[in-house]
Amino acid sequence: MITQIWAWLTAPEQWSGSRGIPTRLVEHLGYSALSLVLAAAVALPLGLWVGHTGRGRWLVTGANAARAVPSLGLLFAVAMFVGPRISSNLAFVIPSVVVLVLLAIPPLLSGAEAGVRAVDPAARDAAYGMGMRGPEVLRGVELPCALPLLLSGVRAATLQVIATATIAAAVSLGGLGRYLIDGLAVRDYPQMAGGAILVAALALTVDGLLALVTRYAVSPGLSGKHRGGRAVADPKGQVLAPGPVRSEMPSKSRLEVS
Amino acid sequence: MIRFEGVTKRYAGAPGHAPSVAVDDLTLEAPTGQITVLVGPSGCGKTTTLRMVNRMITPTSGSIWLDGRDTAALDEAELRRGIGYVIQHAGLFPHRTVLDNVATVPRLLGWDTAKARRRAAEMLELVGLEAAYGGRYPSQLSGGQQQRVGVARALAADPPVMLMDEPFSAVDPVVREQLQDEFLRLQRELGKTILFVTHDIDEAIKLGDQVAVLRVGGRLAQLDTPARLLADPVDDFVADFVGRDRGYRALGFRGAPPLALRDEPTVRLGAGVGAARAATTDRWLLVLDDAGAPVGWVEPDRLTGPIGPEHLHRGGTVARVDASYRAVLDAALSAPSGRGVLVDESGRFAGTVTANRVVAAMSRPAGASQVDPAGGEDGAGTGADGIRETAGGDPAGTAT
Repeated sequence: MITQIWAWLTAPEQWSGSRGIPTRLVEHLGYSALSLVLAAAVALPLGLWVGHTGRGRWLVTGANAARAVPSLGLLFAVAMFVGPRISSNLAFVIPSVVVLVLLAIPPLLSGAEAGVRAVDPAARDAAYGMGMRGPEVLRGVELPCALPLLLSGVRAATLQVIATATIAAAVSLGGLGRYLIDGLAVRDYPQMAGGAILVAALALTVDGLLALVTRYAVSPGLSGKHRGGRAVADPKGQVLAPGPVRSEMPSKSRLEVS
Repeated sequence: MIRFEGVTKRYAGAPGHAPSVAVDDLTLEAPTGQITVLVGPSGCGKTTTLRMVNRMITPTSGSIWLDGRDTAALDEAELRRGIGYVIQHAGLFPHRTVLDNVATVPRLLGWDTAKARRRAAEMLELVGLEAAYGGRYPSQLSGGQQQRVGVARALAADPPVMLMDEPFSAVDPVVREQLQDEFLRLQRELGKTILFVTHDIDEAIKLGDQVAVLRVGGRLAQLDTPARLLADPVDDFVADFVGRDRGYRALGFRGAPPLALRDEPTVRLGAGVGAARAATTDRWLLVLDDAGAPVGWVEPDRLTGPIGPEHLHRGGTVARVDASYRAVLDAALSAPSGRGVLVDESGRFAGTVTANRVVAAMSRPAGASQVDPAGGEDGAGTGADGIRETAGGDPAGTAT
């Protein structure tokens, strides 16, 4: 079996042409990226606003409840609704993207909202008390402090979207899901397994990249990365921690938003 | 100067309940260049009062004037940028370095980064933090250090007015006292107009030029100097709140008693048993270090070898010759020998004094002779020791 999967993955015809892995990969990433960008454009500003003002928290609760809707069922429902109205290829693209956007919104929204809500009230009070205005507080204090939770929401959303984008193939679109659907149709199990492995590898790679982004985007003061070494005492006896050293230790288990 | 004129803050109560009054018709003046402490039990509206000055809370009625300007007429953010603000848990921005935290208000005021950081570095030095701390993050600092940074941040744009809301209450007592002392030193240097909130009457009495005691419901109970507050509480509430030992604590405001100091035989740290036994006149013998500073008492009879740090009884406090009655009396009461140790400005041993003598000096009218005529009441049983005035020369009889 493993030999067969390997043979499928390494066959030259998989790596060229309109049905080859590179094309499928680009299609897959394209749908995922488009969905994530659309979802982020809606969910992140909304989440920051809800966290900043404390108003409209029901939106977050509602979005999380909407996660209960099954993706595949929603895909067919939207496809059946959109299909008769649009004749072009968009009839398939729109339902897939709608499903993926709806899937990505809850983790993004609650990540941004929880991040802002978790900002130390004393820091927020001090920010206002020193004369920052609302937008300055949001930009200068709340957003940077919210980044760890916000970015973990982004990672959760990205993983889910890349994994779920395979279902686009069910409404005859491209992407790595094709190998699963086509393989199933002709009982070509090595092809199905190869496709599944590709989706998993893609998801993990992108997640790794985002982990790297998080590492550099989040202030060491928040991530605790500066705590890499031992504290040393200076001549006055005050305890000095070492300077901002990048620790070799794996990052702390990130806070789950969902 | 901060002036409250008939300021009231009322919060709408729950449906069916009467609105609650946090501050009730408060009229108060915090004079320029002085520390005014607002003190009271929880629920007395002291924090609300403070936060109304920089309009973090809007008064229901009445007005607050800042150097002759009605705060209600000023732009909120600009008003706040001109007022130093220090809060209980410092409220440092965790994602910014210490230096950038301190540079916050200068940056808000439009200074360029380099100038703001230079200023921030000066402020860190002012509050006693080394430059190395500038590059660290708040989570790397202890609570006391965070509070120092909080004070530095409030001072950075050199505001004439400071609001401080229980800034030292979240740190341990030793650090708190250290921060209080440094705060007073800073204030002597800077002369800010400070409104300071605390629930701790001892802190209020220590720091305040004037103290406003508030009672639950936000009414001003008494506004007075610390000494007057201790000596003459206006009613039972204030008397209760000021607490026990107020007679003793009031001694802290009676400056340097006109005391005659006793000579005291002393011995250097590291001296042998023989030297110690030769120098001693009773059970206890005072030990000095090489610089002449007192380090503790020993019992020569129980010594078996040269006097080491492990032999020292360290229970006695040490007072400066110009300290208050309270500090001098405490030195006398806490010394195992009953003789309180006094030092000069540089920390060198100046002489000892007994509690009897301090009490005698207390009951004497001011301006009486500095030399205590009743030298025999000491009870130490030596009789041979000379009586000197406070300003006398080096202590005699130091064995080495």
